[in-house]
Amino acid sequence: MNRLNLHTLGPIVALIALIILGAMLNPAFLAPANITNVLARSAFIGMIAVGMTFVITSGGLDLSVGSMAAFLAGVAIIAMNAVAPALGVHWGTILLGMGVALLGGLAAGWLNGALVTKARIEPFIVTLGTMGIFRSLVTWLADGGTLSLGSGLRTLYRPVYFGGIGWITWPIITFAVVAIIGEWMMRHSRFGRHVEAIGSNERVARYSGIDVNRVKLMTYVLLGLLVGLAVVLYVPRLGSASGSTGVLWELEAIAAVIIGGTALKGGTGRVWGTVVGVLILSLIDNILNLADLVSPYLNGAIQGVIIVLAVVLQREKSTADER
Amino acid sequence: MQRRNLMKAAALAATLGMVAGAGHAQDAEKKVIGVSIPSATHGFMGGLNWHAQDTIARLGKAYPNLEFVLATAGDAAKQVNDIEDMMATRNIDGLVVLPFESEPLTAPVKAVKEAGKFVTVVDRGLSEEGIEDLYVAGDNTAFGRVAGEYFKTHLPAGSKIVVLRGIPTTLDNERVEAFQKALGSDVEILDMQHGNWNRDDAFTVMQDYLSKYPKIDAVWAADDDMAIGVMEAIAAANRTDEMWVIGGAGMKEIVKRIMDGDKQLPVNVTYPPALISSAIEMTALRFVSNAPVTGRFIIGSQLITPENAAQFYYPDSPF
Repeated sequence: MNRLNLHTLGPIVALIALIILGAMLNPAFLAPANITNVLARSAFIGMIAVGMTFVITSGGLDLSVGSMAAFLAGVAIIAMNAVAPALGVHWGTILLGMGVALLGGLAAGWLNGALVTKARIEPFIVTLGTMGIFRSLVTWLADGGTLSLGSGLRTLYRPVYFGGIGWITWPIITFAVVAIIGEWMMRHSRFGRHVEAIGSNERVARYSGIDVNRVKLMTYVLLGLLVGLAVVLYVPRLGSASGSTGVLWELEAIAAVIIGGTALKGGTGRVWGTVVGVLILSLIDNILNLADLVSPYLNGAIQGVIIVLAVVLQREKSTADER
Repeated sequence: MQRRNLMKAAALAATLGMVAGAGHAQDAEKKVIGVSIPSATHGFMGGLNWHAQDTIARLGKAYPNLEFVLATAGDAAKQVNDIEDMMATRNIDGLVVLPFESEPLTAPVKAVKEAGKFVTVVDRGLSEEGIEDLYVAGDNTAFGRVAGEYFKTHLPAGSKIVVLRGIPTTLDNERVEAFQKALGSDVEILDMQHGNWNRDDAFTVMQDYLSKYPKIDAVWAADDDMAIGVMEAIAAANRTDEMWVIGGAGMKEIVKRIMDGDKQLPVNVTYPPALISSAIEMTALRFVSNAPVTGRFIIGSQLITPENAAQFYYPDSPF
């Protein structure tokens, strides 16, 4: 039991080490403004990564989330700009845009899930395909340029990213709520137990009477919905979407899930670990920007080393457990 | 991408129709110009695609004996295929090419030249000299220098600035070196990090600059996409009055704000995506006039100020 605790606490130890390092390198690191910045910018990847935890735990994978986010942001902006002249610049228009993003997310997630479960195509291939499709569609919608929200709507919508309760802005609150619900679902709900059962042994799960296809479909739909939620909070930040929005978000989300201790082959999911993983990734970026430790050319290398190290430490411990 | 392919299919159909009809129109002496450019994957290339299409539509009307074939490619290999197709099936007389990458495009473009065609190379040079008849490009050194001079003359000695760099490339290095040289030593550069010509990355980098440095007098964002991310970060930190921002390339939203006299965006430096128009126009002149058009044409980077901004404003362009 004691050993298990040490093993699961690995990511948290890494996170605390990073926080101490950051505080030592630059006092501005612990200023409330910087903490708000880091947490708020983690929120997009964070919410997506919580959804990704369920998909990966069930033995699936979704490479399309970054492109999906860009596409949904584009569609939501177009929808809001289109109804603004008729409905006027008020919250109704923005709620409609939010609805478009969330429903679009549901639909896109359902599409991925249906192709995986009904058409029985490998998740890697399905989502590699939809990744290209969503990315092209947003470039096409923007005619190669950038889709921008009208300035009146933008001013109105802006506080959704930048406002909040004191320094705790809405993205941070939403991310926290999503993480808590996600953790509860994974640990205590029947859905979470089914997801883990399917990921560890799909055939046994099927024989135990679990509707495997339905549960798998639901993991993709849940992820799509969370991508939609991330878009709802992303659009007010810069008020625009283009072909370069959300590039590589999928890999950041997957990396966060794995750093957090969820097995890439499925079976065990740890939502709180994912949250820690996301924070580790954001903090590395933040510390590198604040500290001038190395040439900026090497930032990617530092990130890569930390990601691999975090996973190597866990693997060593789990092989020790198996022995 | 799909729309691009559709358009290409339309262009192909038009060309085939033209080839079929060529028998009737022999005496008009039709000339075909192929245009091969990278596809619209980011703001600048989106603008470049728009200007290419716009110029082709206009020249097609002005010179009925000129025919254009436009192909956009998402990578260097596809661009090589496009150029080979143009030679094999469309019998082009001239080629305007913005190479996706220098190395892989050098041999195919050389083959076009050796077949006796007129070759115009745009913006990114080939890796072997003397292939092209005409070279049209923007001036990266001037892009950095013009911005650096503005900072030097408009900031008191001892001022502190931060710089956002693009994707690590030789092009970015040329700009930054020229900027530092023109800036001199009176103004201190606090930090230079890569924002990768991306709004989100620039937003993040600027937020961290703002946490790190209590006093910043000005920002060289070096690109208008990055300038938008930077300004958002500054606004969120409530430090809008403290510093001004210089972007670059002349995005329409930015040019509009300069026209309106925005204090935060005093000027901009051009690196016009419309340089493709210059290249296509000059190549067309080769076939419709006696004007000599061979050589090198380097488009200077100009300073956009509130007074002259109107002439740099293209409201219909996506960039």
